[in-house]
Amino acid sequence: MSDTNYLNVDYGIRSWLLTVDHKRIALLYLGSITVMFFLGGVFALMIRLELLTPAADVVQADTYNKLFTMHGIIMVFFFLIPSIPATLGNFLVPMMIGARDLAFPRLNLASWYIFLVGALFTLWAVFTGGVDTGWTFYTPYSTVGANTKVIPAAVGIFINGFSSILTGLNFIVTIHRMRAPGLTWFRLPLFIWATYATSVIFILGTPVIAITLALVGVERAFHIGIFDPAIGGDPILFQHLFWFYSHPAVYIMILPSMGVVSELITCFARKSPFGYSFIAISSLAIAFLGFLVWGHHMFVSGQSAYASLIFSFLSFAVAIPSAVKVFNWTATLYRGSIAFQAPMLYALGFIGLFTIGGLTGLFLASLGLDVHVHDTYFVVAHFHYIMVGGALMGYLGGIHFWWPKITGRMYPETLSKIAALVVFLGFNLTFFPQFILGYLGMPRRYHVYPDEFQVLNVMSTAGASVLGLGYLLPMGYLLWSLRYGARAPANPWQATGLEWQTPSPPPTENFVVTPIVTGPAYCYAGEEAEVV
Amino acid sequence: MLEKLGLFPAAASTHAGRVDALYLFLIGVSAFFAILIATLIVVFAFKYRRRSDDEQPKLIEGSLALELTWSIVPFGIAMLIFLWGAQLFVSLKTPPKNALDVFVVGRQWMWKVQHLEGRREIDELHVPVGRPVKLTLTSEDVIHSFFVPAFRIKQDAVPGRYTEEWFEATAVGSYHLFCSQYCGTEHSRMIGRVVVMEPADYQAWLSGDGRPAAGANAALATNAAAVSVATAGEGLFKDLGCATCHKSKPGALGPSLAGVFGSQVQLQSGASVAADESYLRESILNPDAKIVAGYQPVMPTFQGQVSEEDLLQLITYIKTLRSS
Amino acid sequence: MSDHVGTLPAATAHQFDDAVQQRDASGLGMWVFLVTEILFFGGLFTIYTVYRSLYPEAFGHASGTLDITLGAVNTAVLIGSSLTMALAVHTAQVSRNRRLVALFLCATIVLGGVFLGIKGVEYAQKFHEHHVPGPSFHYSGADAQHAELFFCLYFLMTGLHALHMVIGVGLLSVLAVMALRGRFGPSYYTPVELTGLYWHFVDIVWIFLFPLLYLVERHS
Repeated sequence: MSDTNYLNVDYGIRSWLLTVDHKRIALLYLGSITVMFFLGGVFALMIRLELLTPAADVVQADTYNKLFTMHGIIMVFFFLIPSIPATLGNFLVPMMIGARDLAFPRLNLASWYIFLVGALFTLWAVFTGGVDTGWTFYTPYSTVGANTKVIPAAVGIFINGFSSILTGLNFIVTIHRMRAPGLTWFRLPLFIWATYATSVIFILGTPVIAITLALVGVERAFHIGIFDPAIGGDPILFQHLFWFYSHPAVYIMILPSMGVVSELITCFARKSPFGYSFIAISSLAIAFLGFLVWGHHMFVSGQSAYASLIFSFLSFAVAIPSAVKVFNWTATLYRGSIAFQAPMLYALGFIGLFTIGGLTGLFLASLGLDVHVHDTYFVVAHFHYIMVGGALMGYLGGIHFWWPKITGRMYPETLSKIAALVVFLGFNLTFFPQFILGYLGMPRRYHVYPDEFQVLNVMSTAGASVLGLGYLLPMGYLLWSLRYGARAPANPWQATGLEWQTPSPPPTENFVVTPIVTGPAYCYAGEEAEVV
Repeated sequence: MLEKLGLFPAAASTHAGRVDALYLFLIGVSAFFAILIATLIVVFAFKYRRRSDDEQPKLIEGSLALELTWSIVPFGIAMLIFLWGAQLFVSLKTPPKNALDVFVVGRQWMWKVQHLEGRREIDELHVPVGRPVKLTLTSEDVIHSFFVPAFRIKQDAVPGRYTEEWFEATAVGSYHLFCSQYCGTEHSRMIGRVVVMEPADYQAWLSGDGRPAAGANAALATNAAAVSVATAGEGLFKDLGCATCHKSKPGALGPSLAGVFGSQVQLQSGASVAADESYLRESILNPDAKIVAGYQPVMPTFQGQVSEEDLLQLITYIKTLRSS
Repeated sequence: MSDHVGTLPAATAHQFDDAVQQRDASGLGMWVFLVTEILFFGGLFTIYTVYRSLYPEAFGHASGTLDITLGAVNTAVLIGSSLTMALAVHTAQVSRNRRLVALFLCATIVLGGVFLGIKGVEYAQKFHEHHVPGPSFHYSGADAQHAELFFCLYFLMTGLHALHMVIGVGLLSVLAVMALRGRFGPSYYTPVELTGLYWHFVDIVWIFLFPLLYLVERHS
């Protein structure tokens, strides 16, 4: 076996910028979304700093409004949505199904450039004045109220949408057409099922947000009333179109994380997943039902009460496939052989935080209760439990798990366990008090607030500083490991899965010989599936 | 009692206790499942920790019975919560018939409140204790939301349409009023208070002197003021020349408005529409949108000539017109 | 997908096992892309549906000001272009006649151009009548406000459709040159087939736009 792998095959800058290798494109994405993550994180820390006291002392109202808007836009559209699909997904989808690359490598590279252009537009909006509409762009504030850089930000998100669409399209075609011989659907790793479900949402949801934000831009630029009630438009219609994408977008963030967690739990419990097909199908069920519940963001918007009743009912229904996953993961641990490497700590943390996030979702889906907690910090806490406690924990767990495969180096184990613990504690200290704040009635997007809310806000800010440290740690030691980490063997975790059957880091073509699959995805016990 | 813990806001409406009960129930359900999952994870993690590196646990495929159990039982609980929440919501959407009408207009960044009897206030709402109050909300610019945590109610005020919320205050006092829908720069300063008063104090406040007035005097003051929004609307109706066309004579250019509110209006297109506040509002601002059967689209628009408050006055006046 | 010139079947890209897998993947890719496109137009169709049901009379009257003759001619032109497109695909599939493939492609380009030209004439008319939404909008019929909303949607929907036509004509031009160089034949015609799918899709969008925008109140 030669020592040539996808990293050392060529070193020139052109070999990176013009690469069509899915693994290198994954790294391009990893670098760019990490930059976006820390930018969004800086905004978050400034928000928390301002909220340390009830008065406006760090920043003024306008700046504060821009901070939370940019935090939301960057974290949602330029970090969370591409996070797992564009990095781990890009890297792993071909490897897990025994393919040499995605079906359309050049489209894949194009999607990264499109992402960059979208991100640059948005950053341009950030650094030439900012946007203050909230990441939700509610009309008519976004079309007639705000006089900030709404159009560049909307254009940036519009462009970025095509990057998501191309990624989703590539995954769907690859998973359908390029599986290794013998790799039937029900032998696929659960991460592939989750990625597939996510791709379906990319394909069906993204164009709707694209056209909707384009219309906001058109309305601002030409002063024609599509959503402006002063000239016959309907601002509630905007909310329907916006949430038709943006609710499923939550599943874009969480489904891939669930896929990662399914891989981590099985590997570190050394056990085939309990109820494989239920976990697999529940991903598709979540993707499908996720498209039918957008109206639960609008219970107090003035939409018809009948619509609210139906959306509430469906929102309870979508909780079931998520619950099924949690129960199955827990049951997978039963009588396993459980090891506690850092990725497993993240995975267990994910289950805990996602459970809390999911259960508090029931509070919000419940009509009479939502009227009270809607648009308060309760909502802020809930979606951070899902998106940060859930999606981000899964992402970090996945990055650690596949780091040896991606880079050929081991990360420092003790330090990473400490980091996982710091993130978990910091996260809970930041966001748990916000549930209470919300029920007490503190509205979100408030820059100044009544004195009685201060104690909980101080706790939250204290937690945020711990959390910030928790995110800097992996950044540091992962970079360190690139040079000083121990060399990784092909399969450091004794995991199943085709990606572990090839050297770390893999050669450009992924596999020396195309693998042939003869058994289920996870065969930790009993008969070993033969992989040639 | 609960608010003493610092985890609950003041509970000062008939609705508040019912929301808190559902909230507590949900906390119970959540705690049960969260603790169940956490305990199982900790127990399994300890009990089945890896003892040697070549350990090979036995294969467990899964169990249909278990899958069905943990799908159906949570679904049942979810349905219970759904029905409970829906029932609360329905009661929140159906104001009692005898509710006191108050108009609220949001704008960047203040709440303008107008009592039917004529008294106006800004960023404050005075209401009597023990009497249902129905707020009719709209906005002059962007979307706002009228949120009173102590009452556990919230409703967006949307430009171009009317929305409603109602409550019945149960405790005298002063409570937070927040705008909870992000509305621009000073969103977090679009706050105020709701003052709940004893009925007598409220009547006195309405009549403007702020001191409790006694007996007959108070009743008189109320009666004198009771027509004022409608009276203002009548004045506008005259000043804008509405009466020139809208009269109950044959051959009039516009349909008679007597008794129109709450009726079904036949339109030129053959459809019919319920004449509610939104319909009247649209017909004033955009008269061509729905033409009443038998009439020509000759009415000019009053957009830009009447404010949201004028509209509410006109509509209140039109509501008082009964068919003779 | 390859850089070889000639009538030889194009080489299979490295990630595929064989030409069949490659063709299947490309075809599926285009279908998935068209699903995205449906949702893209779907947003506008939804907005149209909502506003038309809210303001049926204003939409009916405003629709009456569109030139139904030009619209109908354009529909015929577009259906004709779909025919020539289908013939181009068919010819590429069954014969090595490079000129005939190029001819059908060029015919499709010409018909697409005619469609866009007629659309331009219609836009110019609307511009002269001050029916273009914006500050200079003027409309003499009833309920001008909601008529403006109709025209707004008219321009957005037909504009987005025209943009797709322009992209389609661009793709066809590239294909025509490739066809003349003999790149397509029974063993390799995927680009022609996929562009055909795209072209038919754009055509079908118009088949929905025409009745919704032009014919909606013409029954009486």
